[in-house]
Amino acid sequence: MITTIRSEIVSLFTEVAKEHNNKLAPLTDDLELLESGLDSLSFAVIVTRLESQLGIDPFSSSEDTVFPVTFGDFVRLYENAAE
Amino acid sequence: MKTQQNNQPSLWHALSSARDLTGRHLFGAEGSIALNDLIEGTTLYGRGEELCGRSVLVMTANQFTTASALIELDGIARRIVVCPPDLPTEHLPFVIETAEVDVIVSDRATFALGSSRPMVFCPCSKEIGPRNYDRTVEHETEWIMLTSGTTGVPKLVVHTLASLAGAIDPGSNAGGDVVWSTFYDIRRYGGLQILLRAALTGHSLVLTSGQESTADFLARAGSHKVTNISGTPSQWRRALMSGAANKIDPKYVRLSGEIADQGILNRLRSAYPGARIMHAFASTEAGVAFEVTDGSAGIPPRVIENTPDVEMKVEDGSLRIRSSRTARCYLGANAPVLKDANGFVDTGDMLELRDGRYHFAGRRDGMINVGGLKVHPEEVEAVINRHPEVQVSLVRKKKNAVTGSLVVADVVLKVAAQTAQKHDMRELQEDIVLLCRESLSSYKVPAAINFVPALAVAESGKMIRNNA
Repeated sequence: MITTIRSEIVSLFTEVAKEHNNKLAPLTDDLELLESGLDSLSFAVIVTRLESQLGIDPFSSSEDTVFPVTFGDFVRLYENAAE
Repeated sequence: MKTQQNNQPSLWHALSSARDLTGRHLFGAEGSIALNDLIEGTTLYGRGEELCGRSVLVMTANQFTTASALIELDGIARRIVVCPPDLPTEHLPFVIETAEVDVIVSDRATFALGSSRPMVFCPCSKEIGPRNYDRTVEHETEWIMLTSGTTGVPKLVVHTLASLAGAIDPGSNAGGDVVWSTFYDIRRYGGLQILLRAALTGHSLVLTSGQESTADFLARAGSHKVTNISGTPSQWRRALMSGAANKIDPKYVRLSGEIADQGILNRLRSAYPGARIMHAFASTEAGVAFEVTDGSAGIPPRVIENTPDVEMKVEDGSLRIRSSRTARCYLGANAPVLKDANGFVDTGDMLELRDGRYHFAGRRDGMINVGGLKVHPEEVEAVINRHPEVQVSLVRKKKNAVTGSLVVADVVLKVAAQTAQKHDMRELQEDIVLLCRESLSSYKVPAAINFVPALAVAESGKMIRNNA
């Protein structure tokens, strides 16, 4: 299940970057999201699509969600929310 | 009380002077009334003198009894308040106080009013009784139609029969056997137009019933040989999906109340190859404004610039209308202003000129704010609906931690595409997004495409938009 979430996120980052003509940096766990090449609209799109595909939106389910800094944080946020 | 000042006779007078009403009826699911009997008799138990000069709330459970009551009351009552079937009861006291209602005409046995005004209760019947009162004196009755305001409290829109009937040519009786019908409820503006067309030209009318499926209604309409029929694009989509669209063979098909896209126009064209198919613009406040008869979506500029008796202009993006068919005002002490200083009604419907035609881009108050940029849902829906696998779509706001709001789309596929495999669905989502990306700015492209089996349609016949 955990690998599914990670692979879903990776494929969505790739897909949305392509759609928005953003040049995506290699998706390593310590990549800072602000350095990933995606703009804020792209992030919004990714969060919305993840919700429709995984059924989770960690940003809306908890009021004190800390916005993730790195790509690894982002993936863990979804993995934790799915547990 | 004013007596009749213009050339508009009351509904009863118009019917009485129609040339030949033999064989013409008001048809409901539960029975029929011959128009000749309606002229001679009463469905209000002969209480016309008691109702004379009163403010009458028509609050009925059934369209069939509504139609005969309205025809009888016009010219007698000082004011008719037409209560739509889905008015929440909590708003009744407001309506009764604002319209100074002193008579309630109803086919229901009992109901709680929540108002302390002294009130006469007058039942109405499906059966015709002998009329025992005189109708020689005619008064100009004020008609009040209700529209739902943005806060849910209804707005009371003031018309006269003359303004309601401004688009109707009473001489069109000559055109042979016309049988009218509508998917609309006649207690709303769009449906009332059809009741008035039938009554003022002396033709039969087939009414829908809340107890009846679309397929059963179409079969009944077909058995009465309906020739002219109107509805919203959503109601027409439902008719085409009912499997019973072939039960009727109309000569005249009219769409109004929502944006008619090319898909629905094309499907109606192939379902009814012999019919005149038109889409029209009308609203309770602005009246009947124009119709487009060339079979294409959108509006040719000449229709806006050159429709007889109706002046139209686009100002600050929205359609403004001035004509004798617009409502007079909203009723009530703190009611909003209906017309500007020059008599134009702002419809709040946004028009855009694209490729030589005007297109509705949505409602001014229905916009979605994506990171400070404005999106009209209807503009995005128009693009999605162009996809060959798509039947209809609804674009709505989705709250988002990053940009505040985003645009997402609920999409109903055509029947053939609904049975596709799951991985094909992913491809189809991408395909639809690609289509949007080709014609829309990136913030307008839906962040997610959800395939749904159907979209909710309100009692008004329009898709339910909930952007709250």
